[in-house]
Amino acid sequence: MGIASPHSKVNPRGPMDIRSHEPELRTLMLAGLDGDASAHKALLTGLSAHLRAYFKGQLARIGRATVDAEDLVQETLIAIHTRRHTYDRSQLLTPWVYAIARYRLVDYLRRTKASVRDVPIDQASEVWADDDAAGVDSTLDLDKLMAQLSPKTRQAIQFVKLDGLSVSEAATRSGMSQSSIKVSVHRGLRALSLAVRQRSHS
Amino acid sequence: MKTDELIDMLSTNVEPVKGGEPRNLLMIALAVGAVAALCLMLAMFGVRANAPGEQNFSIKVLALAVTLGLVAVGTRFLIKSARPGEPGRRPLVLLGLLFFAILSTGIVALALAHPAAWGGMIFGPQWAACLICIPLFAIAPFVSLVWALRREAPTNLARTGAVAGLVAGALGAAVFALHHPGGSIPFLVLWYGGPIVLCSIVGAILGPRLLRW
Repeated sequence: MGIASPHSKVNPRGPMDIRSHEPELRTLMLAGLDGDASAHKALLTGLSAHLRAYFKGQLARIGRATVDAEDLVQETLIAIHTRRHTYDRSQLLTPWVYAIARYRLVDYLRRTKASVRDVPIDQASEVWADDDAAGVDSTLDLDKLMAQLSPKTRQAIQFVKLDGLSVSEAATRSGMSQSSIKVSVHRGLRALSLAVRQRSHS
Repeated sequence: MKTDELIDMLSTNVEPVKGGEPRNLLMIALAVGAVAALCLMLAMFGVRANAPGEQNFSIKVLALAVTLGLVAVGTRFLIKSARPGEPGRRPLVLLGLLFFAILSTGIVALALAHPAAWGGMIFGPQWAACLICIPLFAIAPFVSLVWALRREAPTNLARTGAVAGLVAGALGAAVFALHHPGGSIPFLVLWYGGPIVLCSIVGAILGPRLLRW
């Protein structure tokens, strides 16, 4: 332990190791868990850069096209969001993020029938960020996906997540109860995650 | 879809999240599964007039202690593996040691007995019932544990499934032990341990399908 990973020599710009961002990311995560939307947004934005570099690096390393990296980034962001409750506030954030990212990658490789043995287990230090923001578009078409949702779920996502109405406003406008709005939003995000997964290599 | 759009969407109207505690959900699932298995057992066999089983009382307590011990250790592992990341090896090592102890106790008991008595010891009372009823009673706990784990985020699905199967199998065995008259130690090792291992294998096979998220 404590020895620089071989990858630190490879990256000439000097890697932005995700672990060096642990304190600020964790602070954002904790604020987001308490309902702070702007902290949550800053967290997801910060993580997306790390995740993008990580997935590109991993896919390239095992000789796979990196075009699906953005799908994986989005899948992982949705997973981080919808599984926020599984983060233990007393623990470090980056190992939790890395475990989710790795799980998504292994799931992706399994789905696309590739060997999973090549994914290293213990290299959280390799979740690099570089400023390569090219190709931040995934293959997912939100409009097409929205069309597949049930009318109730579609309306809830539209009101709360796209139009930015509060849950109580959305409830009044749609005639649904607040709790069923919340359930529908949650369900919609899960469906979104599933759709991203099926979209890559269906 | 642009990732920025997705992030905007995810961070619009962020709901506060309580300190999610997989322990509570898993304990509820375990309790529901145990009650369901108990009801099934009572529906099948009824309440036993416990008069003839007197001399086997100690073996019954032993069977209950060992199976409930497996449930406890396995549940500890499930609580840890419900969160993304490495759950740590200690509960798994403990499970391995427990199984090793059980197996060696059975072999020692067999070795101490006269070979002529082996047949009677191994094919004791209702061995076929053990084989059928323990996996049967394990179904409800397994379903409820999977239900709970699907709400969490396990990242090693085969291992989590195997331990869920083991916990369900051990719980099924504990419930069955309430009805079963008991038998020799080698009998318990084989006809209780075997079905529990079977449940664990089934859990390992089903885990990656059922627990995927």
